Amino acid sequence: MNLLNISGSPHVHSDESTKRIMWRVNLALVPALIVATLFFGVNALLVSLISVVSCVLFQWLIEKFILKVPSTIGDGSAIVTGLLLAFNVPASSSMLWIVIIGALVAIAIGKMSFGGLGRNPFNPALVGRVFLLISFPVQMTTWPKAASWFPTRFLTDADSGATPLGLIKEGVKSGQSIKDIMASADMPSLCDIFLGHIGGSMGEISALAILIGAIYLLCRKIISWHIPVSFIGTAFIFSGILWLISPDKFLDPVTTILTGGIMLGACFMATDMVTSPMARSGQLIFGFGCGLLTVIIRNWGAYPEGVSFAILIMNSVTPLLNRWCKPRRFAC
Amino acid sequence: MGGVHPEENKISNDAAIEVMPVGKQMVVLMNQHLGAPATPVVQKGDKVKVGQLIGEAQAFMCANVHSPVSGTVLKIDTCKDAFGISKPAVYINVEGDEWLETIDRTPDIKRECTLEPKEIVAKLKEMGIVGLGGATFPAHIKYSIPEGKKAEYLIINAAECEPYLTSDLRVMLEHAEEICIGISILRKALGVPAAYVGIESNKPQAIKVMTETASRFEGIVIEPLKVKYPQGAEKQLINAITGRKVPSGKLPIDVGCVVSNVGTTFAVYEAIQKNKPLIENILTVTGKELPSQHNYIVRIGTTYNEIIAHSIGQLPETTGKVISGGTMMGKAVANLDAPTVKGNASVLVIGEKEARRNPETACIRCGKCMNACPMGLEPYLFSALVKNGRTDESRQHNILDCIECGCCYFSCPANKPLLDEIRLGKNRVRAAMAAKK
Repeated sequence: MNLLNISGSPHVHSDESTKRIMWRVNLALVPALIVATLFFGVNALLVSLISVVSCVLFQWLIEKFILKVPSTIGDGSAIVTGLLLAFNVPASSSMLWIVIIGALVAIAIGKMSFGGLGRNPFNPALVGRVFLLISFPVQMTTWPKAASWFPTRFLTDADSGATPLGLIKEGVKSGQSIKDIMASADMPSLCDIFLGHIGGSMGEISALAILIGAIYLLCRKIISWHIPVSFIGTAFIFSGILWLISPDKFLDPVTTILTGGIMLGACFMATDMVTSPMARSGQLIFGFGCGLLTVIIRNWGAYPEGVSFAILIMNSVTPLLNRWCKPRRFAC
Repeated sequence: MGGVHPEENKISNDAAIEVMPVGKQMVVLMNQHLGAPATPVVQKGDKVKVGQLIGEAQAFMCANVHSPVSGTVLKIDTCKDAFGISKPAVYINVEGDEWLETIDRTPDIKRECTLEPKEIVAKLKEMGIVGLGGATFPAHIKYSIPEGKKAEYLIINAAECEPYLTSDLRVMLEHAEEICIGISILRKALGVPAAYVGIESNKPQAIKVMTETASRFEGIVIEPLKVKYPQGAEKQLINAITGRKVPSGKLPIDVGCVVSNVGTTFAVYEAIQKNKPLIENILTVTGKELPSQHNYIVRIGTTYNEIIAHSIGQLPETTGKVISGGTMMGKAVANLDAPTVKGNASVLVIGEKEARRNPETACIRCGKCMNACPMGLEPYLFSALVKNGRTDESRQHNILDCIECGCCYFSCPANKPLLDEIRLGKNRVRAAMAAKK
């Protein structure tokens, strides 16, 4: 007979693994990818594919030739980064090469320079995205118009248009009231906004598709409700207060949370396990901070959208939140 | 708060308790309980009967040990226990099966108990009763309530939340009345108005039988509990039944509770009413790859190999691990020639594949360990602190509150050996505290 194995208890494991978590996150991103393909055509698929392949390749190269450690690309986390990076850029033809630079920054600087998965303080996809936004401001804010249905164009760009938030920022700058901007012909209806028939980064347009993915992650207990609810809730309440004070100057809360990157950010980026707090109380504060900063940046910052910056800023607070916010001890 | 749901695997549920025959030679360890070893009171060549005292409790934290067989004392030596640690032991050559005359071996149930509380405690000591839930805490110490403390609740732990184990279930199904008499005796010893029996609601048969039987007794309440591991952990059980919480570093009696395992109450019945010392265990022999599942009454001192040979012939080729206890808190057996001791609840055989841990990967800070911890601790933090030798900080983060239930490792997607690291950390903290003194 074989020798007996000896180890400390427990002798059984839940079978949960990092790999399974990452693949489930990838699965949860599929609805948003489908919507992006429907409205932006093959470009959306190509940008995603290039982004994912670059992320995986860069991680493999760095692990093999620089860090000289066993490869971890099998855990699927580089694919998550790649998909999220693609979801945060416009589905335009110039992105077919720009996104490769974003992937390099996301993986090399955002992730591997800190030691790889689990050790990065900032969400790698957002590091890549913000780098691109600052380095390629024109390409990163040239939004192809969402087509009515699956467009047949290939590698060429349709007319570009502004995102709802871009329209509002421009309008407010030129002195128009919110009411006039909302009534203009360029502004999509609330229904279009919810379904995703709007301009914007390819993964953020459809609140519906993102919510489907988020509900799946909630059911699988990969994310908890704390960060999305406090993030979206804070943004809703804060923008609601501003809107009640001055409906001419500030956007209404429903449009606020459905446009831009709030849904994608709150459900998929702020909930990144590695860069968000672990205790439930810390997660609530984290989400609150993200929501607050997003609305502040949108209304008073130079950029029309502030989700990426808000999450990155809160990422930097995560170690402190982990220190302050402890789980409730038994009998304390 | 916290907790996990491991696969229950109670596959030996329906196996009625069988009697395991006695072997040719018995090795009885002198420390089968928490505390100091008992002192042998027999010599080489002495004839002993079943139930005769062979090891006497001389230290405070100690329990008497009785001969589980009749025969001649071969030698007094040491013997390696199931985990490879040498312990003083009495070797007995088995001859016949002659019991002490004082032991009542009739199947009649004796209901009346006229002993005074103090006499009950004295008899528990005499009969070598220890807690059979795993800790083997000497019963006479538990039921001697210290000055200034008062017992208000007697809680009987019949949760059996560990996967695979079914010995408590079988005792409840087959000996409900004896258990209730045992509970009444303990209730009397403590002078508490009522005893509460906590049973996880995944054992409806046991709840039914126990509720019916308890209705004929005064002051026994059956409490169905939510199915969640570790529902049967002492502090969690007290909380589930009384709503009280035992503070960090305190004992159940500090919140007026005394907790006893349901198997112990059966041993108490036999000791007090039948004069039978603790010489037998009720033990589950189980495993997914075994040809048959069993529950046995086994004389203490029977070796693991004898139990395996009698129940299943031999271990399957694919055996990876033999565990004494359940998969969550049981201990892996290193020595199958070792004798069983008081409180052994199972011989659990798991397959090679299941017995191997998956390779460890990087912590992704998911917080699952923290959310699973029933004590509200931060296992991931202990892991880092222990690795870096930061003993004092791990104490400040209450590492000693850990009840070693294993929920952290169980739920960790990175397969980090969190509980191994915490055990190491606890030992270091204890060593540092001892050095300070």
